[in-house]
Amino acid sequence: MSATAIADGLFRALPEPTLIGGRNRETGRIVFPCPADRDRWEAVDLPRRGTLWSWTVQRYRPKTPPYVGPEDFAPFALGYVELPGATIVESRLVDVNFDALKIGMEMQITLVPFATDDQGNTIMLYAFTPLQEG
Amino acid sequence: MQDVFIIGIGIHPFGRTEGLSGLQQGANAARIALKDAGLEWQDMQFGFGGSDSAGNADTIVNELGLTGLPFINVKNGCATGGSALIGAWQAIASGQYDVGIALGFDKHPRGAFNAMPAEYSLPDWYGEAGFMVTTQFFAIKLQRYMALHGISPQSLGRVAEKAFRNAAHADHAWRRSPVDIDTIMHSQMVSDPLTKYMFCSPAEGGVALILGSERKARELGRDRVRIKSAVVRTRPPGSFEVFAPCIDIERGGAPTLLASKAAFEMAGIGPEDIDLAQLQDTESGAEIMHMAENGFCDHGEQEEWLANGWSGIDGKLPVNTDGGCLACGEPIGASGLRQIYENTLQLRGLGGGRQVPGNPRTAYSHVYGAPGISGVTILER
Repeated sequence: MSATAIADGLFRALPEPTLIGGRNRETGRIVFPCPADRDRWEAVDLPRRGTLWSWTVQRYRPKTPPYVGPEDFAPFALGYVELPGATIVESRLVDVNFDALKIGMEMQITLVPFATDDQGNTIMLYAFTPLQEG
Repeated sequence: MQDVFIIGIGIHPFGRTEGLSGLQQGANAARIALKDAGLEWQDMQFGFGGSDSAGNADTIVNELGLTGLPFINVKNGCATGGSALIGAWQAIASGQYDVGIALGFDKHPRGAFNAMPAEYSLPDWYGEAGFMVTTQFFAIKLQRYMALHGISPQSLGRVAEKAFRNAAHADHAWRRSPVDIDTIMHSQMVSDPLTKYMFCSPAEGGVALILGSERKARELGRDRVRIKSAVVRTRPPGSFEVFAPCIDIERGGAPTLLASKAAFEMAGIGPEDIDLAQLQDTESGAEIMHMAENGFCDHGEQEEWLANGWSGIDGKLPVNTDGGCLACGEPIGASGLRQIYENTLQLRGLGGGRQVPGNPRTAYSHVYGAPGISGVTILER
């Protein structure tokens, strides 16, 4: 059994976890994820650190479909993280007490095991976690 | 362009009606509206209507009569009803027709709306990861708004308390028992900072409006309530909407700002001229944010408004006089027309226990929904 990304082209794991955005070749606007039309959008690495723009906690299990997370549900935090000079991305927020979430706090990207697919592979998802200094 | 009047209104009560399809609830509303106008289905020269998840509105001819009338189906998310109204209004304003019907209905399963990524041009992973949940968006938008503008959780509770208080007097509302603010504040947390009582629920119901030209309205003695403006707008750059994997750092406008501005310009009046308003209250915070986005107060002033009851029935601008979405629930296709039904009733002075005092002359209604659309109408007596 191995680990597999929730979708191709969203992020890379090595050498460091990094989100892949798209830069509009005409306007320079940066979005996430990178749109498929590569004539108009070029893939760019997004900053790995940012600040929490806003957040909430998902307290009930989202409906399936489309949700593929575990049946055994635990509330999770999510929000938007502003990546300086790029864009503000929506993300799960992990390894943080719900009470400690605060707009403006410094965050960094990480990859987390999220669910298990039919073949028993671990599905990996990007997430943000409070910045650990050092 | 000629003036257009609302000459008949009908509603099938919101909530749950076992054994009746959404379409049949819409047909019930149409029969009541026709009776209210003193007309028959055979008199309808055209129709516009829609539902989000209860089927094609034009099949309503099976219920009401095969008269051969032209009937246009509308499917425009939360603006479905408002868009049907715009179609009907233009058909008469242009001089092409004298009288017609706009209707909306719906019937949703229990629980949160079950949106699929492909319907919104989004990749599958976005839904698989658990982001395809409307309640998250409202909570996240609100969380930031509260931090920036000093809105307290107590104000969220006050909005919900007002909704249930108003709805106790509205026959068509779903949740008609007052709920005290402590119960609201301490009910189950759904998506922080919003508790169960601060969210509306998907529901069922139907609304129909009969529109007529000035000549027709006079002939029938129903020339009291006229449409001053009816607009729908999509989102501008830099807005923050439901189902967004990313948003621009450079913040921009919002569809509500565009729709509100256009509606006021068309009507030739401003927010200070409005006597009552129905504002999209998918959750408590939405009503608060929409008070400012529609121009009725500055950002942050809602705290004072709610503490002083200024948006109550006898306040300076009564908001959501029938309890809004919070108390009526949200059948998407019917919700926008419910607002206009309520406004028409209020302008006729028939609001009963929830009637806005002082013979209101102007009434405003506003919807907002995915993927970033807003509709506004202004009525005048």
